[in-house]
Amino acid sequence: MVLTMQRYVSIFLTFARACLVRDMTFRANFLLECVTSLGWMSMNLAFYLLIFTFTSEIGRNTGWSKEPFFAFVATGLIINSIVQALFMPSAEELTEMVRTGGLDAVLVQPLDAQFMLSMHRIDFSSFANGLVGVGLLGWAVSRMDHVPSLVAWLLYPLLILCGVVILYSLIIMLAAATIFLGRNQSLYDFWFYLTNFSRYPAEIYSGPWGGPLRMLCTFVIPILLVVNVPARAIAMPLSGEAWGLIAATLIAASASLVISRLVFQAALAKYRSASS
Amino acid sequence: MSDAASTDRALPHATGGPFAGLRTWFTMLAICLEERLVYRGDFIIGTLMRFLPIVTQVFLWTAVFNATSKADIAGYSRNDIVAYYLLTMVTRAFSSMPGLSGGISRSVRDGSVKKYLVQPVDYVAYLLAARIAHKLVYYIVAILPFAGVFYVCRSYFPAVPDALTIVAYVLSLVLSFLLGFFMEATLGMLGFWFLEVSSIIFAYMLVQYLLSGHMFPIDMLADIPTGIAGVSIADVIRWLPFEYTAYFPAAVWLGKIQGATLARDLCIEAGWVVVMAVACRVAWWRGTRRYSAFGG
Repeated sequence: MVLTMQRYVSIFLTFARACLVRDMTFRANFLLECVTSLGWMSMNLAFYLLIFTFTSEIGRNTGWSKEPFFAFVATGLIINSIVQALFMPSAEELTEMVRTGGLDAVLVQPLDAQFMLSMHRIDFSSFANGLVGVGLLGWAVSRMDHVPSLVAWLLYPLLILCGVVILYSLIIMLAAATIFLGRNQSLYDFWFYLTNFSRYPAEIYSGPWGGPLRMLCTFVIPILLVVNVPARAIAMPLSGEAWGLIAATLIAASASLVISRLVFQAALAKYRSASS
Repeated sequence: MSDAASTDRALPHATGGPFAGLRTWFTMLAICLEERLVYRGDFIIGTLMRFLPIVTQVFLWTAVFNATSKADIAGYSRNDIVAYYLLTMVTRAFSSMPGLSGGISRSVRDGSVKKYLVQPVDYVAYLLAARIAHKLVYYIVAILPFAGVFYVCRSYFPAVPDALTIVAYVLSLVLSFLLGFFMEATLGMLGFWFLEVSSIIFAYMLVQYLLSGHMFPIDMLADIPTGIAGVSIADVIRWLPFEYTAYFPAAVWLGKIQGATLARDLCIEAGWVVVMAVACRVAWWRGTRRYSAFGG
């Protein structure tokens, strides 16, 4: 077991090295990619700054005033940059591999197919946003009224990891859908639209439509746990409800990882090669 | 290659009267219609999905209005903002041109553009016909989800505006289609000068997204100074082409722009269409002159 793990770690590092060499070969392009993704991010930050010129809080008495909200945004940046860097480039290739039959070459290799398909490409430029996220978190936390406890700081990386795992499982399920259906560009768009719900504090989903939506996105597709729970742990006191959500996140992360693995295996079993 | 560009204008007459050009154009339209209808299921799902980000925006703005005691922000009530986002979806359905600039620059890079240089077909006219076909099919399929969403959200809209406003609205939409087309086509033509334009396209998308009013009504920038006395960021954006591809038609329907301002802004929009159409044509002429046909 340990040997297998060591083998996978060393293969992953080899992939990472190859991708880094590739990125560094086209340095100008790499820098441009960093700049453009930073551009998108700054644009969103500007939008949030604009919103706070009209209000002091997102939702009445929710506690999401400017600094806690920017801690929330920073958490989202960190989680999304990890997912975008490690898993998205490989997942995007999968659609094409299924269509062209390139998937066959992966299946005959003596490696776990899910590992190969979800981690063989790493996009280092996506980490740029994550680094800004870390800086933004530092800025926001230093200006907040609430000082996060040591327990909160210890839980934070773990909850970030849970968020990454939930998003990863979602990608794997969509990848499985690609194998089942053959072509599904809309389903990949679906990923972006679905993760869109995780961009803002869960409190904004209230009222006759918001309440059920919040329940759905917390317990059925646990997308609202991804950013909300780590951000809340750092930006607000750890109350009774927060502990419940932390437990829910741990359970959701483990469950979605197992379920996505099962769905992916079932999809591979159904795969009929497209190549001749 | 400039010879080929000049022969394509002469050829339709050589192949059968003044209507031959029109017939070619309609054939291209028909082919594109058929091509698009192949993936109609994907289309309907895709259209409905595009409304999902609005749902988030609606909840976000509702939360913002709940937290403040103001009835309106920059002249927009909460209902206005919901209606605004829905209306920008309509504008984007006209002005967005997915894959246009990327497609043009790719055809230059891989050499497939040369088939348009030797055929009696004008490339820009072909692209326009293809785009109209693409849009027509999009509307035929998208009208159902659009109508459904607008019906559900009807309470957010103010009363239907008067006939003149509706005429101005339709005109602004048609112009936004042409503006979007010529802006992106010109961008794609840059492929004649730079082999890889994807980063330029990305930078354009970024500026476009921010300045078009896709994220928020441009009126919200009216109080943000530029540094020049009496000129706000919103005043500057008014003279740029971007806001006409999302904000402007929506603001017209909601009655935020009226009278002389409306007439002036429509003129600015039409002016930009002409400027970009000329830029696109010039880029095509100069580009084909320096084109050296890579690829097999």
